[in-house]
Amino acid sequence: MNFPENLKYTKDHEWIRIEGNVGTIGITEYAQGELGDIVFIELPSIGKKIETGQAFGTVEAVKAVSDLYSPVTGEVKEVNKEIQDSPELVNKESYERGWMIKVTLANADEVKNLLDVDAYKKLIAK
Amino acid sequence: MKRTPFFDIHQKAGGKIVPFGGYEMPVQYAGIMEEHKTVRNAVGVFDVSHMGEFFAAGAQALPFLQKITVNDVSKLTPGKAQYSAMCYEDGGIVDDLLIYMLAENSYMIVVNASNIDKDWEWMKKHCPSEVTFENKSDGTALLAVQGPKSLLTMQKLTSADLSSIPYYHFVQGNLAGIDMIISRTGYTGELGFEIYFDVRHGEKIWNAIFDAGKEFGIAPIGLGARDTLRLEMGYCLYGNDIDQTTNPIEGGLGWITKLAKGEFIAKPVLERTKADGPKRKLVGMMLHEKAVPRHGYPLMASGANVGVVTSGTFSPTLEKGIAMGYVNAAHASIGSKIQIDVRGKFIDATIVALPFLKK
Repeated sequence: MNFPENLKYTKDHEWIRIEGNVGTIGITEYAQGELGDIVFIELPSIGKKIETGQAFGTVEAVKAVSDLYSPVTGEVKEVNKEIQDSPELVNKESYERGWMIKVTLANADEVKNLLDVDAYKKLIAK
Repeated sequence: MKRTPFFDIHQKAGGKIVPFGGYEMPVQYAGIMEEHKTVRNAVGVFDVSHMGEFFAAGAQALPFLQKITVNDVSKLTPGKAQYSAMCYEDGGIVDDLLIYMLAENSYMIVVNASNIDKDWEWMKKHCPSEVTFENKSDGTALLAVQGPKSLLTMQKLTSADLSSIPYYHFVQGNLAGIDMIISRTGYTGELGFEIYFDVRHGEKIWNAIFDAGKEFGIAPIGLGARDTLRLEMGYCLYGNDIDQTTNPIEGGLGWITKLAKGEFIAKPVLERTKADGPKRKLVGMMLHEKAVPRHGYPLMASGANVGVVTSGTFSPTLEKGIAMGYVNAAHASIGSKIQIDVRGKFIDATIVALPFLKK
């Protein structure tokens, strides 16, 4: 399984990629594998304020449903429209075309509290 | 936790193993959607060896089965199978099952894996001592080979003319060198076969079927796709859609409940339910919005709770949310509008005739 080194992770299996004051958020390859075939994704509207640990959307797979928890506090800047028409992209390219939202960070320091790749790998090995 | 003779094969094939009915079973291999489409378009193989097989023989076997099941067993002739159910005295369903008439005075009863012990106890209790009644569940392997290419696949392995076996009929024949029961039955709505044979031949038979089906793109299918396939056909799953708290009339199984056949367990209750009309009915629902209904979600009409979803999924074929559930009789007619409480959001749905997938 692939877990890019340049990402930060949550214990709820989201990843975030930081570029300047913008974070791109998605779910990990492990998470998509556990969920199985994803059929619908519900995402927040642009401009919505979200908080660390708060649910910002849901992923419906054939077998299971899961909330999406935000790794950071901030404002939704962009949502991935492509995955709403083609949710299977989250299964196939969880770190690339399968991203979910982009958030303008309220506090860039928060990112330090997230898991790095080694800590995340340890978490899922349990 | 028990394992079927195919456990190592499932692991090697990349099956994701989960506990189910006391067994470690594969829930998926390539993915539910892909496996579902393999069965609808080509051919797939399900290991359903976890299911239970009981054998009843003797002159009293027919009266025994007539008493304990709701369908009319006297309608069977050797080579025919019948879908049926067993009820408690109060009409609650013990299990749904298949009865195969193997020969005069000789029957095989196929029950759900999670109910094997319960069913065995219940049947033993009502079984006259003259009936030879045996539980051969652990010694019997069961594979379901389902899909439009199943006939071409299986015909390569046997001299028995499989195309001449009508639906819900079977033959006792030799396939890939092994004697077995070859049955024209299944839980998918597709052309398909279920084969019963000695567990010792598990790997040999599995490999022979996969070699024969290779040119058609044969693949192993897990419990996940088994569920989406049966749900598109509106088939009941014991433990979800029917159980000890529901009776066959409510559960849409009136068609297998033969009240005119003579005395049987639960007959008085079922007669009353039928005469009065059931207070709730198992119905099919099609969703109008993007949402996936699931077991336990409340059903609403004009803001009031009128029922509950017992099975729900995203239909891979129809690409819509579909559900079965119990709804108060007043809201159960085909075409009625209803709402499903999907995690706090009310989603519009229509009561539709089953099966969802019209073939």
